[in-house]
Amino acid sequence: MADPTVESPDAQETAAELDPAAQKNKQLLDLLYRLFGQDAFTDVEEPYGFLTVTTARERIHDIIAGLQQDQELQLNFLTTMCGMHWPERKDQELGMVYMLHSLVHNIRLRLKIFFPIGDPHVPTMTDLYSTANWMEREAFDFFGIIAVGHPNLIRILNVEDMDYHPMRKQYALEDGTREDKTDLFFGR
Amino acid sequence: MAVNDTLEGTRKIVEEAEEQRPNLHPLAPTVNDFNQELTTLNLGPTHPATHGIFQNILQMDGERIVSGVPTIGYIHRAFEKIAERRPFYQITPLTDRMNYCSSPINNMGWHMTVEKLLGVTVPKRAQYMRVILMELARITDHLICNGILGVDTGAFTGFLYLMDEREKVYEIYEEVSGARLTTNMGRVGGMERDFTPVAIQKLRAWLKSFPAVMREFEKMFNRNRIFMDRVVDVGGISAERALNYGFTGPNLRAAGVDYDVRVMNPYSSYQDFDFEIPVGTKGDTYDRFMVRNEEIWQSLRIIEQALENLPEGPYHADAPHFYLPPKQAVYKNMEALIYHFKIIMGEIDAPVGEVYHSVEGGNGELGFYLVSDGGRTPYRLHFRRPCFIYYQAYTEMVVGQTLSDAIVTLSSMNVIAGELDA
Repeated sequence: MADPTVESPDAQETAAELDPAAQKNKQLLDLLYRLFGQDAFTDVEEPYGFLTVTTARERIHDIIAGLQQDQELQLNFLTTMCGMHWPERKDQELGMVYMLHSLVHNIRLRLKIFFPIGDPHVPTMTDLYSTANWMEREAFDFFGIIAVGHPNLIRILNVEDMDYHPMRKQYALEDGTREDKTDLFFGR
Repeated sequence: MAVNDTLEGTRKIVEEAEEQRPNLHPLAPTVNDFNQELTTLNLGPTHPATHGIFQNILQMDGERIVSGVPTIGYIHRAFEKIAERRPFYQITPLTDRMNYCSSPINNMGWHMTVEKLLGVTVPKRAQYMRVILMELARITDHLICNGILGVDTGAFTGFLYLMDEREKVYEIYEEVSGARLTTNMGRVGGMERDFTPVAIQKLRAWLKSFPAVMREFEKMFNRNRIFMDRVVDVGGISAERALNYGFTGPNLRAAGVDYDVRVMNPYSSYQDFDFEIPVGTKGDTYDRFMVRNEEIWQSLRIIEQALENLPEGPYHADAPHFYLPPKQAVYKNMEALIYHFKIIMGEIDAPVGEVYHSVEGGNGELGFYLVSDGGRTPYRLHFRRPCFIYYQAYTEMVVGQTLSDAIVTLSSMNVIAGELDA
């Protein structure tokens, strides 16, 4: 006699099947595996129902292009993309996040790539999405991520003669030499 | 009589010049400059017709635009960087200053993002109150946009009438939150206070008086020959290009795509209300104007339904770790004092996680991508700002048009400098 308070794995699976969002994510993940192979993706997560996969930067352009052409789920709307900086992750310091949306089936996908800060090159998406133009310029401006093949990769929001990339974590928001304010109570 | 004194003569000169233009842009049918020299024109950064600080360096062939280079970032305030050092409740004022024509939507969108991260469920009454405020904000946003479009086509009267109505909405904001433009409205977990009877009274009075003004405005513009000649077929974009450029909101719907976050991913009980999503066909300036007008009517419908069915009950969630206790309790009650201290000093850590939440802002999908590493502040916060994303299509939309068409296209896109530059 099974303990009724402990859900069996089967029951959990049925719950996942009943949830439409989880079902859609499963469908999308199946499609990703089928199109690009299971080894292309690592760290498959669903934080707050948003399917998130990590892939390699060598594959990212193919994956986004393949999903744009795909007729089954039609993930052909680039919602946004942004850079990230995790200084303590060795050889994976910089990251780029792409969010795709299928306006027909209402499925979202978040794709992440990580790469070393010494080699901050990613393939450009401007050949697939016109909207990637300014987003990649923004990522270059703030994180120094270089989109290879971008038609006009210059700073967008900051002044042109700025010689650093301000959203990287080594640039503290406040003057680090001040001694009258400790970080004990006020912020990181 | 000189040859160009007659209509016939002018036409002849035009035809000859058209034949002689070798390497001009195909969409630039102009003959003003017989040497085919282009003029560089700096539109902006500060120009009364651009309604905000951004520059366009245009190459003009006579009155036609051949190419343009937009420069943005004049009021960049590094919100994403500042947010990495601030506790969640201190980020709300930053969101005010993005699309300052509809700051309550930004505020509520941010609160909902944090609530999603924390797993807080907001009571129904607070959700309905938020819907009322968000729809009021949408109306004021669209009023500004359409009123300014009228000004840019030479009709100042409509704008003045609409500003009068916006003032009344701002008085409602003032009654609800104490602020008018940058509202800092609501809190993580609900609203900071309930609607006062005066607020409800003002809202009801406005709901009664506004439709007449709006009808008058529509009567003045919608079928006005002069206005239509200025805006029909001006600054159009196809649905396909609009999607490729990441358009959302009224600008995308004017091109014929019925994407609305309120319907596709309902938040804050939008599924409870009955409303329609207007769409255009051509994506030109006239369609954008008409879509915004119709959205104002639909927003009014939503407000009326929400006010009619406003549930009783608490106006904030039971989330003592993040929702400030009432001030009276802080002086009398030990737990309230402790929570007050901990919230203000930011000693309460948020859970680790990453969350994306989007709301239908005045201009489209306003998204918040929040990465939390478990501290008191976000590790990374990215704003998906609809203006920033669709403004890059501006050059493509105005090439081949005249300068005056470029001005009306710009104002009908409702580019808000604060949201553009963040």
